Amino acid sequence: MKPAHRLTLFLLMAPAILWLGLLIILPHVEILILSFSQRVAPRVYEFGFGNYLEFFTEPLYWRTFARTAIMSIMVTVITLVLAFPIAMYIARVAQGRVKAMLLLLCLLPFWVSELVRTLGWMMLLRETGIISYLLRMTGLASQPVELLYNDGAVILGLVYGGLLFMIVPLANALESLEPSVVEAGFDLGGSRWTVLRRIVIPHAMPGIVAGSIIVFMLTVGNFATPVLLGGKNGLWFTEQIYAQFITRFNWPQGAAFGILLLLLSSAIVWAGLRLTRQSLGTTLRQA
Amino acid sequence: MNRPSIVWKLYIAAFYIFLFAPLLVVAIFAFNASPFPSPPWKGFTLEWFVGTGSVFGKPGVLKDPIWLTSIGNSFKIALPVAFLAVLIGTVNAWVLERAEFRGKTVLAMMMLWPLVIPGVVLGISILAFFSRVANGLEDALNADIDMLRPGLPLVILGQLSFILTIATLIIAARLRKFDRSLEEAALDLGASRARVLRTVTLPFLKPALFGAGLVALLMSFENFNTTLMLVGSDPPLPITMYGQMREGATPAINAVSLMLMLGVGGIASIFALTSKAEQ
Repeated sequence: MKPAHRLTLFLLMAPAILWLGLLIILPHVEILILSFSQRVAPRVYEFGFGNYLEFFTEPLYWRTFARTAIMSIMVTVITLVLAFPIAMYIARVAQGRVKAMLLLLCLLPFWVSELVRTLGWMMLLRETGIISYLLRMTGLASQPVELLYNDGAVILGLVYGGLLFMIVPLANALESLEPSVVEAGFDLGGSRWTVLRRIVIPHAMPGIVAGSIIVFMLTVGNFATPVLLGGKNGLWFTEQIYAQFITRFNWPQGAAFGILLLLLSSAIVWAGLRLTRQSLGTTLRQA
Repeated sequence: MNRPSIVWKLYIAAFYIFLFAPLLVVAIFAFNASPFPSPPWKGFTLEWFVGTGSVFGKPGVLKDPIWLTSIGNSFKIALPVAFLAVLIGTVNAWVLERAEFRGKTVLAMMMLWPLVIPGVVLGISILAFFSRVANGLEDALNADIDMLRPGLPLVILGQLSFILTIATLIIAARLRKFDRSLEEAALDLGASRARVLRTVTLPFLKPALFGAGLVALLMSFENFNTTLMLVGSDPPLPITMYGQMREGATPAINAVSLMLMLGVGGIASIFALTSKAEQ
């Protein structure tokens, strides 16, 4: 390579190196170091595992962590089940303009801010909200019904937020399934259920994996939806990170929580990819 | 399997109602003449958009300095983010598609990372790192460096950290489709490299640059998780909305949401139209 050529290449790579170095790698090295520094006296810190020990010994912390992980898996499964028939309809039944319409209608709500969507759910679910009002008007309830600030509301909001990211990869994967293969399945005497289980689902696997991974990541890392729809009962792990960093100003503890959340999110993504032998690049491109 | 049953059709209908119910509710109650964003319906009003506060005691969005400054802050963040994302994204796309060097696959892989890091973690790591840098510089120079403390510049950097990935992917996808013989033909005809770039390559990339800019603008406008950790005393729109929603807001929040929906819808349709023109 000629020196001039080298210089050009270096200059072109400089923005990428600055970006990844200064905004991704060094900041993560920083919170890793920070997470291993524990306070021994006011303003005096030394190396130690104290922040991680604190996580395992304080029930509130690890329970919130486990709760976030389990509820995120539930949300992912519910989203998958709800989205499958929709994706199937868009990919295999709807034709031409109807198909384009249905897909566009799916996309629209997700171009709008998460806060606006959450506001909508709050207005529907709260004690003074629309559902409670309608229930009283129709005589189904005698007094205001509080539907907000419980796990159901949190799951509802998170599933709603994840749907699009499930439908699009699913529909893409189902699109490429040859109708003749499905017909052959029926001709060979397969029931609807057998065809679905043995032909359609295996074919849609790349889409299922891509959608599930994205929905899981978005759910685990969500902040506004569980806090606003769950209220005091929201108990989401990102809230603990925020509390340590911003409210309690205990950055080392918050950094340790951040690392744990990153590990959880990466572990599930990695496990999902390994189980189904997909690569990150193709998975992200699916979405 | 191609003849949808009635149950399936009903499910699809119910699904779309479910999808739009919250947005419709937000939009409709922006016009409710009541001091609270809840039923019953008390008549139509535009007070929550343009009212001065004489009727309900609280002003509408376009007369309320809190909302107006937040909208302004959102633009102060989104415009630089979109500009930088397109600029740096183009250079990155070039490196990914045109350059040959060792470690390219590693670099390409690393560029995807920001998408799998939770936004909150991106936010705290950038906050912690830049605070350390600021402290170090302060000790060395004996000067206060506000740039690196929570505030607009840090929010811009935080949002760029992952929006750059999206911009790079969009522009690289377009660059991959480019027929390089067009450039060679221009060079053979005696054009300089700079001229080829200006008259052949960039015009080809234009739809992708435009699209990447719009997507960056939208993502910046909507970002909450990363922004929350880096925000100083100038909150952009989502942060203000969050604060109001926790405290209990007036229907002004519905009005601002409706404006946001219309704005986003407008940008999204421009994007849809340009990407259709591209095909």
